[in-house]
Amino acid sequence: MSRPIKVVMAKLGLDIHWRGAVAVSRMLRDEGMEVVYLGNQFPEQIVNAAVQEGADVVGLSTLGGNHNSLGPKVVELLRKKGLEDILVLMGGVIPPEDIPALKEKGIAAVFGPESKIVDIASFIRGKVS
Amino acid sequence: MVALGRALKEVENQTPLGYEIIKHTVTKKGNAHVVGVTGPPGVGKSTLTGKLCRFWADMGLSVGVICVDPTSPFKGGALLGDRIRMQELAKLPNVFIKSLATRGNVGGIAASTGDIVQVMDAFGKDIIIVETVGVGQVEFDVMDVADTVVLVTVPGLGDTIQTLKAGIMEVAAVYVVNQADRPGADESVSDLQMMIEESAASTWKPSVLKTVAIDNDGTEQLLDEVERHKEYLKETCLWVGNRRERNIKQLFKVIQNSFKQQLNEYIETNGELQKLVSQVGEGKLDPHSAAEDIIANLIRKTPLGGN
Repeated sequence: MSRPIKVVMAKLGLDIHWRGAVAVSRMLRDEGMEVVYLGNQFPEQIVNAAVQEGADVVGLSTLGGNHNSLGPKVVELLRKKGLEDILVLMGGVIPPEDIPALKEKGIAAVFGPESKIVDIASFIRGKVS
Repeated sequence: MVALGRALKEVENQTPLGYEIIKHTVTKKGNAHVVGVTGPPGVGKSTLTGKLCRFWADMGLSVGVICVDPTSPFKGGALLGDRIRMQELAKLPNVFIKSLATRGNVGGIAASTGDIVQVMDAFGKDIIIVETVGVGQVEFDVMDVADTVVLVTVPGLGDTIQTLKAGIMEVAAVYVVNQADRPGADESVSDLQMMIEESAASTWKPSVLKTVAIDNDGTEQLLDEVERHKEYLKETCLWVGNRRERNIKQLFKVIQNSFKQQLNEYIETNGELQKLVSQVGEGKLDPHSAAEDIIANLIRKTPLGGN
């Protein structure tokens, strides 16, 4: 794809640990993507931003334990708007045992600590076309 | 909102569908007041844009915001960080924010900005705010898309002479010294006022306002001033006149961009022209003669609508 991939990156809900999300945003920028950083937002606002920005990907960062409730909510709201083609990824601190359920609910992938940016970027490139 | 989001995505990426959308919306534009917000990086353009937007949204108007941030010259990516200054707008249903990366454009906005404005306008936005990248002295393309340009600066960015230089200092309808709680604000204001006094060529005399955007100080006066400029444009018929000029300017811009692209492709794929290129490379032929030859070879006049 010749045009840049557009990513909307958000801190999920009230979890304030922003450093990781900003670092990943910056790294995806260096992978040639256009990253719109929202800061902290709840699912409704994240989905609105994704709609307005024409996002290919929504990245959700959380270290606050709200991943099971708010993560799938984003997928659900996107589906309601007919935007199931937008890829939803999660990152942060998410217990491995929660991951299968998240994937079942439509989260495309979960990238925990120590994830390599090249893996994240190539996963995105493989899915967005 | 979903329809506008999808339309803007096509236009932003200059897809064939995007061009169709531009074709079909061209006669539906012309109602929105387009306000440009420009100035150096970090002076508070996004914060100020957020506050202005809030006022208009609270009045029940439908507001479009276009925020432009720079694309990396190395990797082609961008970090678009203007929304973080406008978080209070996220819950307002009558505000639509689109972030654009410059994608190699150098005039302070993205090449697609004018088209994005047109589509937002056609979708019924009352006001469209275009926030530029942080600019220096010569990035003033915002005047080619906006009715009213607001130049934002902060105290301490140089002496009187800086305000007298040509370029960005000439394009604004309203001047704002933001972060006016910092030392030197009054000096900045009087420097700007002096510049305006001495350049009174137009019937519109720009005001210089002090704001502290983060505290919402002075922002209401800014809003009034932007509205006053709109009235002025309408009364003097510049509202229509300026738009006509902008439309024509946009045509020439599109011609130039498209010409440049086609020219490059043509030269790259034409063996004879490549010979000329390599002769220039080796220093056997001067670039002016080669260019004349190449352009003469390229331009073959065809009747309008004939291709």
